[in-house]
Amino acid sequence: MTRTEPPATPASPSTLPSASASTPTSTPTSTPLVLLDTDPSRPPAGAQKVASASPRLLQSTEHHFCSGCGEPVALRLLLEVLDELGVADRAIGVVGHGCYGGFVTTMDVDILQCLHGRAPSCATGIRRMRPEAVVFTIQGDGDMINEGLQEVLHTAARGENVTCVLLNNGVFGDTGGHMTAATVVGQRTKTSLEGRDPAIHGYPIAVADMIAGLSGVGYVARGAVHSGPGITTTKRMLRRAFERQLAGAGFSLVEILTMCPTGWFVPAAQGGTYSEQQLAGAYPLGELAGGGPAGQATAGGGAGGRVDAAAR
Amino acid sequence: MPAVLIESSDLFRCRIEPVARHSFILSKGSAYALQCEAPFPPRPDGRGIHGEIPMTVTQPPPTPDAPSASAGAGISVGSDQGTSLLLSGSEAVARASIDAGCRFFAGYPMSPFTNLLESFSKLMRGPERVCVAAESEIEGANMAIGAAATGARAATGSCGQGLALMQEAIAESALNETPLVFFNMARSQQDYFQATRGGGWGDYRTIALAPKDVHEAIEHTHLLFHLADLYRVPTLFYGDHFIAHTEVGVTPHVPDLGPLPPKDWALDGRAGGSGRSKLHWTWNMGKVLDPGPGPDAHWRAVAAKFDEIRRLERRWEVDHPNADVMVVSFGTAAGFVEHVARELRAEGLSIGTFRPITLWPFPEEALAEATEDSRHVLVFEVNAGQMVDDVRLSVGDRSKIRSIGGISADESGLRYGALLDVPAVRARILAATGLEAAR
Ligand SMILES: Cc1ncc(C[n+]2csc(CCOP(=O)(O)OP(=O)(O)O)c2C)c(N)n1
Ligand code: SF4
Repeated sequence: MTRTEPPATPASPSTLPSASASTPTSTPTSTPLVLLDTDPSRPPAGAQKVASASPRLLQSTEHHFCSGCGEPVALRLLLEVLDELGVADRAIGVVGHGCYGGFVTTMDVDILQCLHGRAPSCATGIRRMRPEAVVFTIQGDGDMINEGLQEVLHTAARGENVTCVLLNNGVFGDTGGHMTAATVVGQRTKTSLEGRDPAIHGYPIAVADMIAGLSGVGYVARGAVHSGPGITTTKRMLRRAFERQLAGAGFSLVEILTMCPTGWFVPAAQGGTYSEQQLAGAYPLGELAGGGPAGQATAGGGAGGRVDAAAR
Repeated sequence: MPAVLIESSDLFRCRIEPVARHSFILSKGSAYALQCEAPFPPRPDGRGIHGEIPMTVTQPPPTPDAPSASAGAGISVGSDQGTSLLLSGSEAVARASIDAGCRFFAGYPMSPFTNLLESFSKLMRGPERVCVAAESEIEGANMAIGAAATGARAATGSCGQGLALMQEAIAESALNETPLVFFNMARSQQDYFQATRGGGWGDYRTIALAPKDVHEAIEHTHLLFHLADLYRVPTLFYGDHFIAHTEVGVTPHVPDLGPLPPKDWALDGRAGGSGRSKLHWTWNMGKVLDPGPGPDAHWRAVAAKFDEIRRLERRWEVDHPNADVMVVSFGTAAGFVEHVARELRAEGLSIGTFRPITLWPFPEEALAEATEDSRHVLVFEVNAGQMVDDVRLSVGDRSKIRSIGGISADESGLRYGALLDVPAVRARILAATGLEAAR
C-alpha cells in the first residue's frame, strides 16, 4: 500500500479528549513507540534487532502491510494466544474485509473469508455445527461497526460462544482512509476532510461499550498495540477471551486499537502517538465485561470486573 | 369415487393410507384439494365443501395424534418411513430436508415461508440439528454459509423479498463453492428473474427447481441437497403458498441419488498448526504453503462448472409435444395449465404442455423440439412476463410465442389472484389461439 500525503495536518490533540487520564497504558508522548516508517530493510538509526521470532502459526513473514501498521501486531498476538492455549488444531476463524484479510493465506488455522460485515453470523453457523471448535472472527471497525453492526450485536445478545476480534483503527484502511462509524470526532479522513464534525457526521459508536451492556456476554475488553505495555495487556485480554469461550461463557469481544498511519495521513513513526492520543482518548482501554479470574465470567453484561489496563 | 375440496381450516391430522400421486388443487384462495380418505364429514353449515373433483379415495382411519407426536428434539424422521402422513407442504419439505441429512436451518419469518421456518423449528431442536431464528435474512443466509462451510448440510430461505436480501450470500456460496439450499416459498411467480438470473455479483448461476405440487417438492428437496453437494453450489427451491400450505398424504422415503464426492474442503480446524490448514474463500488463494489457483483461474473454473451443470442437469416434463398449441408454464401454475389442457384435449383440441422443472438450467433444446411443429407457443406465468424471455431464447420461430399470463395477486398481495384458476387459464388459452374447442 502506498502512503498518501495527508489531506491536511491531523486535528490538534488538544481539541480531543485527553487520553492520558483514562489510559495509563499509554506511552509517554515524548517517547512514542518507534516503528519503521519507510523501507523496512532500513531500521531507524540506533534501532537494534533483539530477536527474530515469528509466531509458530504464521506460515510466512511476508506481508503487504504498510510500515507502522498495527494490525500485524494484533494478529500476531491472536496467533500466539491460540498456540499457547493449545487450540490451533480446533480453531476456525472467520475473517471480514479489511487490510487484515491480507493474513488469511499465512495464518496456519482454518479460515473462512466471509462477506463484508457477516463474520459473526458465519461464526454462529460454524459454532452450532462444530461445538468442539474454537471459533473467532477478525474484523475491522468498518467491517464490524459499519457493514455488520447488527450481526455482531445479535450474535452477542444471542450469547453465541464465539470470540470476535475487532481491529479498530477508526478508518476504512483498505479503501484508502475513509470515515467509518468509529472515526473519532475531529479525525480527518478522505470523506471527512475538515475532520469528523458531529453536526455533519454524527458521533462515533463505541461498540464494545454497547456490547458490554448486553446480557449473554462473557467477556468484553479494549486494548491497544501502540505501546509495549499495551501489547502485553492486549495479549492477556485475548487470552482471557478465549479462556472464556473454552469455559462456555458466551460471547466475547476484544477490541484492539491499531495504528493506521496510512489512513490517518501521518508518518509511520507517529502512528503510536496518534493512536494513543486520538483513538484511546475516545475509546478508553480496559476490560468492560467479564473481567476477573478466568471462569468467573460476569455473564449478564455490565461493566463487571473493569480493570485498569496498565496494572495488568 | 368423489372426493371433496375442503378448506384447510377443516383439515385435521390423521393417518391415512398411501394415496395416488396427484392430488392437486383446482381452486384458488384458501381452498385446497386433499386426497381425502372417504366421505369427509360435511360441516353442518355446509362451509368448507366447495365442490367435487375426481380423486382417489381410500379408507379413513383418522388418528388425531399422527405426525406431530414424533416431532421433537433430535427425532429420527426416518422412523416414519413407510407410513403415510398427512402433512402440509412446509412440513413435508422440512422433513424431507432432515431425511436428506440437513443439520442446519436459519430463517426469518415471512408469509408463506413462515410455515417452513416453523416446521424446521419444530423438527430441529438441536444439538444434532439446529434451527436458528435468525434476526434477519442476511444473517440467516450467512449463518447457513458458516454451517455449510463445516461440511454440514445446511439450508435457509424466505420469500422473494427476503431472497432479495440474500443475493449477496447466494453469489458468495456459488463463488466460494459452499453447498447450500435456499428455499423460496414465494408469494407469486414474480421471482422468476430473481431465481434464474439472480442479483449477486460475479459469474455464477443457481440451479433452480420449481415443483408443481407437494410430492414433487419432496423429491426436489432431496435432489437440491444432492446437487448442491455434487457440484458444490447453492441450489434454489422455487415454491409458493400452495406448496407451503397444501396438505397431502406423504410417504417419507429417502431416494438413493448416487455417490457424492468427499467434503475434504470442509473446515474442521483439525489441520491448524500443521501447515495444512484450509482457507475457504471466493478468491481461492489457498494458503501460502499450498497455494490455490487464485481468482482468475478459480472464477474460470467455477464458470466452466456451471456450463457443465447447464449441459447435464436440465429437467422438464412434456405432454403431447408438437401439438398445435403448446402451453409452457412452471410450478403450481403448471398444475392448472395441465388440467385445462386435458379438458381441452378431451374436447378435441390439439394441445400439449411443456413444463421446465429446472428453471435454471432452462431446458432450451427440449422446448425447441417439443414446439417445432406447433403453431402456437403460449407462455402462462403469474407475472408480467419473465419466463417468456427464456422461451424466446429457446424456440426457433419467435412469432409463434404469446405471453398469456399476467400479474395477479389477491387483495392482500400475499397470494395469487383470480388469474390462477381453471376458467381463467382456459379463457386465456382459447383467446390467444382464436380456437374454439370442438363440442
Ligand atoms: C459489500 C462490500 N462493500 C465494500 C467493500 C470494500 N471494502 C473492502 S475493505 C473495506 C473496509 C475495511 O475497513 P475495516 O474493516 O475498518 O478494515 P481496515 O482496512 O481498516 O483494516 C471496504 C469498505 C467490500 N469488500 N464489500
Ligand atoms: S490498516 Fe492502514 S496502515 Fe495497516 S495496511 Fe491498512 S492502510 Fe496500511
